[in-house]
Amino acid sequence: MPAVSKGDGMRGLAVFISDIRNCKSKEAEIKRINKELANIRSKFKGDKALDGYSKKKYVCKLLFIFLLGHDIDFGHMEAVNLLSSNKYTEKQIGYLFISVLVNSNSELIRLINNAIKNDLSSRNPTFMCLALHCIANVGSREMAEAFAGEIPRILVAGDTMDSVKQSAALCLLRLYKASPDLVLMGEWTSRVVHLLNDQHMGVVTAAISLITCLSSKNPDEFKTCVSLAVSRLSRIVSSASTDLQDYTYYFVPAPWLSCKLLRLLQCYPPPEDGAVKGRLVECLETILNKAQEPPKSKKVQHSNAKNAILFEAISLIIHYDSEPNLLVRACNQLGQFLQHRETNLRYLALESMCTLASSEFSHEAVKTHIETVINALKTERDVSVRQRAADLLYAMCDRSNAKQIVAEMLSYLETADYSIREEMVLKVAILAEKYAVDYSWYVDTILNLIRIAGDYVSEEVWYRVIQIVINRDDVQGYAAKTVFEALQAPACHENMVKVGGYILGEFGNLIAGDPRSSPLVQFNLLHSKFHLCSVPTRALLLSAYIKFINLFPETKATIQEVLRSDSQIRNSDVELQQRAVEYLKLSSIASTDVLATVLEEMPPFPERESSILAKLKKKKGPGAVSVELEDGKERGELNGGGDRGGDAAIAASNASTPSPSADLLGLRSAAPVSGATPSAGSLLVDVFSEAGPAATSAGVNDDGFLSALHAPEASDSPLVEGPGDSDSAPPTAASEDPAPPLPESDELLNKFVCKNNGVLFENQLLQIGIKSEYRQNLGRMYLFYGNKTSVQFVSFNTTVSCPGELQSQLNVQTKTVEPLVEGGAQVQQVINIECLTDFIDAPLLNIKFRYGGALQNISLKLPVTINKFFQPTEMAAADFFQRWKQLSQPQQEAQKIFKASHGMDTEVLKAKLLGLGTALLENVDPNPENYVCAGVIQTKAQQVGCLLRLEPNAQAQPGEQMYRLTLRSSKDTVSQRVCDLLAEQF
Amino acid sequence: MIGGLFIYNHKGEVLISRVYRDDIGRNAVDAFRVNVIHARQQVRSPVTNIARTSFFHVKRSNIWLAAVTKQNVNAAMVFEFLYKMCDVMTAYFGKISEENIKNNFVLIYELLDEILDFGYPQNSETGALKTFITQTGIKSQSKEEQSQITSQVTGQIGWRREGIKYRRNELFLDVLESVNLLMSPQGQVLSAHVSGRVVMKSYLSGMPECKFGMNDKIVIDKQGKGGATEEAAGKSDLGGSGGGGGKQSIAIDDCTFHQCVRLSKFDAERSISFIPPDGECELMRYRTTKDIILPFRVIPLVREVGRTKLEVKVVIKSNFKPSLLAQKIEVRIPTPLNTSGVQVICMKGKAKYKASENAIVWKIKRMAGMKESQISAEIELLPTNDKKKWARPPISMNFEVPFAPSGLKVRYLKVFEPKLNYSDHDVIKWVRYIGRSGIYETRC
Repeated sequence: MPAVSKGDGMRGLAVFISDIRNCKSKEAEIKRINKELANIRSKFKGDKALDGYSKKKYVCKLLFIFLLGHDIDFGHMEAVNLLSSNKYTEKQIGYLFISVLVNSNSELIRLINNAIKNDLSSRNPTFMCLALHCIANVGSREMAEAFAGEIPRILVAGDTMDSVKQSAALCLLRLYKASPDLVLMGEWTSRVVHLLNDQHMGVVTAAISLITCLSSKNPDEFKTCVSLAVSRLSRIVSSASTDLQDYTYYFVPAPWLSCKLLRLLQCYPPPEDGAVKGRLVECLETILNKAQEPPKSKKVQHSNAKNAILFEAISLIIHYDSEPNLLVRACNQLGQFLQHRETNLRYLALESMCTLASSEFSHEAVKTHIETVINALKTERDVSVRQRAADLLYAMCDRSNAKQIVAEMLSYLETADYSIREEMVLKVAILAEKYAVDYSWYVDTILNLIRIAGDYVSEEVWYRVIQIVINRDDVQGYAAKTVFEALQAPACHENMVKVGGYILGEFGNLIAGDPRSSPLVQFNLLHSKFHLCSVPTRALLLSAYIKFINLFPETKATIQEVLRSDSQIRNSDVELQQRAVEYLKLSSIASTDVLATVLEEMPPFPERESSILAKLKKKKGPGAVSVELEDGKERGELNGGGDRGGDAAIAASNASTPSPSADLLGLRSAAPVSGATPSAGSLLVDVFSEAGPAATSAGVNDDGFLSALHAPEASDSPLVEGPGDSDSAPPTAASEDPAPPLPESDELLNKFVCKNNGVLFENQLLQIGIKSEYRQNLGRMYLFYGNKTSVQFVSFNTTVSCPGELQSQLNVQTKTVEPLVEGGAQVQQVINIECLTDFIDAPLLNIKFRYGGALQNISLKLPVTINKFFQPTEMAAADFFQRWKQLSQPQQEAQKIFKASHGMDTEVLKAKLLGLGTALLENVDPNPENYVCAGVIQTKAQQVGCLLRLEPNAQAQPGEQMYRLTLRSSKDTVSQRVCDLLAEQF
Repeated sequence: MIGGLFIYNHKGEVLISRVYRDDIGRNAVDAFRVNVIHARQQVRSPVTNIARTSFFHVKRSNIWLAAVTKQNVNAAMVFEFLYKMCDVMTAYFGKISEENIKNNFVLIYELLDEILDFGYPQNSETGALKTFITQTGIKSQSKEEQSQITSQVTGQIGWRREGIKYRRNELFLDVLESVNLLMSPQGQVLSAHVSGRVVMKSYLSGMPECKFGMNDKIVIDKQGKGGATEEAAGKSDLGGSGGGGGKQSIAIDDCTFHQCVRLSKFDAERSISFIPPDGECELMRYRTTKDIILPFRVIPLVREVGRTKLEVKVVIKSNFKPSLLAQKIEVRIPTPLNTSGVQVICMKGKAKYKASENAIVWKIKRMAGMKESQISAEIELLPTNDKKKWARPPISMNFEVPFAPSGLKVRYLKVFEPKLNYSDHDVIKWVRYIGRSGIYETRC
C-alpha cells in the first residue's frame, strides 16, 4: 500500500472536524453541519467540474457527517466517480464511502459493481485488494451474486499476489457465510485445499479459515486437507521459535495458524492413514510436552499464546476420543491448571475437563482431581468458575463417588450463589436418583435437598420422589418414616409439606404401628402445617386427609370435623371448597368398600423420561454442548448397562428414550387397561388431578380417549391415511422403496402379544419405544423415536402400511412426524388403529431417514395383533361350560400341544394371560393347575367371543414340560390366530 | 416534594448539586446526564421518568436546571419554582451562564438553603431575600434590623418591609404580551392565543394600598348593569393607545396573580387590590384567545419548477394604526434540505440565506402600520436519490409592536397610603405596552 504523503492530507476536512469538535452545544454542531452540507451541495451542483482532490475531500466530509448520525441523501454519485480514479487515496475514499453508505437496493449498485469488476480484473494488487475488501464489507446478496464466481478464480490463480490471495480467501469466507447458496463448489475447491501448502503464512492463515467454514458443511469435499493440515502443523510445532520470523509471537511460532489448524482437524474424525495419524499424535504430544517446558518469557502474551494452542490441542484430543494415552496426559495437564492462579485458566481447565469426563478413557483420570474440584467449588472467588466446578462434579460423578459428590454438593448448596442454586438442585436430584444404591439414601438426599434449598426445588423434583416411592415398595415404609420425622421440624418448606402429605396419605399406615406416629399424630402433624401453605398444597393436603379416612377409620370423626369447618367448606377458593364438600360427602355416604375402592393406593406410575432431566435440559437451552455430552454419557452407560446390574433400572429411567431395562421398573407396573383401576395407563403428570373422585376421572378418561380418537379424522392436519395413500408421502421418500421387514420383526411382534408398552426396536442409531392403549375396537399407539446419536437425522419419515387384505381389516391412521430429529432428541408419533374385522397379519412400519448423508431404511411389524382388541369377560363356571359346549363345532376349536420354552411359574403365566387381554377365570376348571380365560374380541364388523383353556403338566421334569392350549371361538380364523399367537408365549 | 436540585453546564458537568431528601441517591445526577443531556435522541419532554425518579428540567441558554423527586409532586409547582429560581438568580448576578454560576457558587447554595426547605418551596421574593442574603454579608445591620427582618419574613406581608421612604413616589407598569399564531396558507387562523404579563416597578413610600383596574369584560359588564360610577370614565393619562381601536373590553381566559394580591377580594368583587413589594414584581399573568389583533399577516406563495428549482414569494402586511411602528421584524422562510443555491430579492430590509439554519432570514428594522412588503426568492435544488418529499415547514415571524395584541387596557391604578400624607395624585405613573411575537407561523 503506498504511503499517504503529507500533501494528500485534506486540510478542509481537518478544519471541519476540529470545528465540530469545538462546538459548545448540540445545536451549534447541527448548525455547522447544515452549513457544511449546503456548501457541499453547492459544490456538487454539477455546473462546474470538480477535481479529484476536492471530490475526495467532500465525500470524506459527507462520510464524517454520516458517521456522526445524520442522514446523507446525496454524494453517492461522486463517490462512485471516485472509484474510477487512478489514485489510490481517491479510490480508497470512494470504496470507504460505498461500503459504509450504499444500501443494497440502490440504483447505483450496477455502477458500483462495474467499477469493482474493473478493479478486480486490473493487475494492480492494491486495487484488487480494495475491491475485495469492499465486497467483503458490504457482503450483500447482490454482491455475492455478482462476484461469487469471480473470487474463487482469483483465489486459486497461480499468478495472484499473496496479499490478494489473503483478501480473496477472507472475502469468499464472508460471502459464503452471508449467502452460502450462491457460492458454488467447483473444481476450485480442490485447489483451495492446496493453499495449505502455500509458502506465505498469511495466505495459509486466511485460507484455513475459509476451509474450516466450507468443510464443516461439506466434509467430504475437503477430506484431503487433513493430511496437509497435519503436515503443516507438524512443521510449525517442530520449528524453533526463530524459524518463522514474522509469524513468531512472543516466542510461540504461528499461534493463530496452529489454533486454526487444530480447529480444522476437529471437523474430521481421526485420520485413517497410519502415517498421518502417527505424525499428528506426535504433534499433539509435542504440544503437551511444550506445556511442561519452563516459559521462555514472563510476558502474559507468551503464556496466552501457548495455552491457546494447548487448549485447542486438548479439544482435538477430546474430539478424537481414541487415544487413551493422550487423553490421560491432557487430563493431567488440565489438572495442573486447576490450581493455577490465573482465573481464566482455571475456568477453561474445568470446562475442558467436563468434556473429558465423558470419555471412557479419561473418566478415571478426571476422577483423581475430585478433591481439587470440590475445593474449587468451595473456595473459588469467581462465580462462573464455581459454576464450571459444579458442572464438572456432575460430569465426573459415577457410582463410586456419587455419595461423596452428592454430599459435597448438598453442603455447598447451603452457601451457593442464588444464580446457580436451581441448577445445582436439579443436578443433585438427578445424581441422587441415578446413582442411588439404596432408595433410603435417595429419599434422605432429596428430603435434605428440600430442607436446604426448598425454594429452588422445582415441582419436577418432588414429583419424581413421589413417582419413585410409589413405584418401589421397599422404600415406602422408610419414606413415610423419614417424612414424618422431617415434618416434625417447626418450620419446614412447603415442598416438604407436599411430599409429606402425599406420602403419608398413601403409606401412612406403614408407620402407624408405632405409637409415636399413630394415625392421629400423623394427622395433627400434617394439619398443623395446613394454614401456612398455599392453595395447591392445601388441596393436596385435603386429598391426603380423605386418604387417611380410608387408611385409618378411627380418624374419620376428626377429619370430618376439619372438613366441616367453615374455613374449609366455605373456603373462598373454589377448588378447596369443592374438595372439602365432596370429600365430606364421600366419607359420610360411601361404605368402607366403596371408599377402599375409590381411595385405593395410587397405581404405579408408568415409566418415562425423568422430568428433572428434561427440566435441566430446558434450563441449559437446546444445543448446549455440555448437555449433549451429558446425554452422550448417559447413553453410553445405557448401552453398556448390562454389567451394572439392577441399578440400570434407575439409569434407564433417566434416559431420554425408553430402553429394554426399563421393564425392570416400569413395565412391571404398567397395569393392563381395565375399568377397575381408574387411571392406569393414562399419562397423568399432575398428581393432584388423580385425587379427584375416581368415578368421574375414569369417565373423563373414557370420553377423552374416544373423542381424541375421532378428532384426527375431523381435523385437517395432514394425515397419511392407511395403505393406499403411501404415494402421498413426501416426495423424498417416494424415490426409495421401503425396505423388506427385518428378519427379527416377527420375533419382535411376539414380544408384544402380552404387553402394550416397551421397546420395539433398537440399533446404534435409533431406538423405538411403544406405548399403546386399546379400548373396544379402537387402539392408540404412541411411537417414540429416539435419536441415539449426537447428530441430527434429516428427512425423517415414517409410514405405516397394511399389506394385502389387511387393508380391509384394519384402519390405521398416522400423524406425520417432524422431518428433523435433533441429536439425542426424541419424537413422538401417534397412530390410531381401528379394527374393522379380525385379521392375521400385522401392519408394516417403515422408517426412513438420513444420518450423516447415508439413507437409513428400516421396516418393522407394528405389534398390533388381534388379541389387543379383547374385552375381558367375567363369568361363572356354569356359564363358561355352557358356552364352551355351544362352540363345539370342530372348526371353532383350535388346539396346540407344545413344549414350554420358559419355566412354569404360576404368577408369570397369570400375568401373561391377563396381558393377553382376556379375563382370567378362577375356580372354573376342576383342575386348579389349569387356566381358563374368556374374552370378546371387538371388531367394527362383529364381536367374537373367545374361550381359552391352558393345561400345563407342571409335574414333568424341566425341559419336558408341555402345555396343551385349547381355544374355542365363534369364528374359526380367530381361534387359529389366537392359538398361534399364544403358543409362542409360553 | 422536590428531593434535590442539580445544575449542569452544556456538557453535562454538574455545577450545583443540592440534595434535600434521602431518597435521592448520588446516581440520580448521572442518570439525568446520561438519559437526558447526553441522550441520543433529543429529549423534548420537560419531565423525564428514570427508574421511578422524576426529573423536571428547564434550560436557560446552555445551563440545565433539574429538579428531582421520587414522589408524586405537582409538576406545575415544580416548574413554577424552577422559573422563580431562575428569576432570583438573574436578580442576584444577571445572566445565567456557566461562568456566573461558578463565580456565585456560595451564593447559590445559600439561596437554595433559603428558598427550599426539605423540598418545600419557601419565600422566593427577590426583594425580601436581598435583605438578608447579600454578597457583602450582613454585618452592618444592627440587632434591631435583624429582628425586623425576621418579623418581616415570617409576618403577614413577607414581601415588603416597613419604613420605606421615597422623595418621589413613582410607579411603572409594563404590559408585556406575546402573541402566538398558526395560520393556514389560505389565511385561515388555525390557532391563536396571547399570553401576557403585567409587570410593575414601584418606588412608593410606606405601606401603600393599591388598586388596579383594566378592561376586563366581566367587570365592565357588571358596572354597565350597575349604572357605572366614577371609575367608568377611566383615567385619560392611563389610557392605552391600542392598535385595534374600537374594542372596549376583553375576555380573559385565565389569570394568575402575584402573592401580594388579595385573592379573596378578587373572587368576591373581581377587584385587584394589593400592597406591592418594593421594586419589580410580576403583578399578574393572563391568557386570552378571543378577538386577538394579529399585527402581521403573511401571504406565502411557493411554486416548484421542476425537480431542481423552487420559487418562493412572501408578502407581509402590517395590520395596525399607521401611526404606530413595529420593530425588529424578522421573517424566516425554511428552505428544502437539498438546497444548493439561493437568490433573493426584497424591496425592504435585508434578506439572506442561512445555510446553517436551512432558512432564508429576512430582517426589517421598522415598519409602520397598514403597509405591505414583499420578498421573492429562487431556490436551486440538488437532485437526490431520496424520494421523500419536502415537508414544507411553516414560515415563522418575529416582531415587536407598541400595543397589546389582546386589546387589554389599563384603566386605572390607584394608590392609597393612609398613614403618610401623599395621595393618589402625587404618584407619578407610567404605562407601557409591548406586544411581541411568540410562535407566529404561517403554513406554506
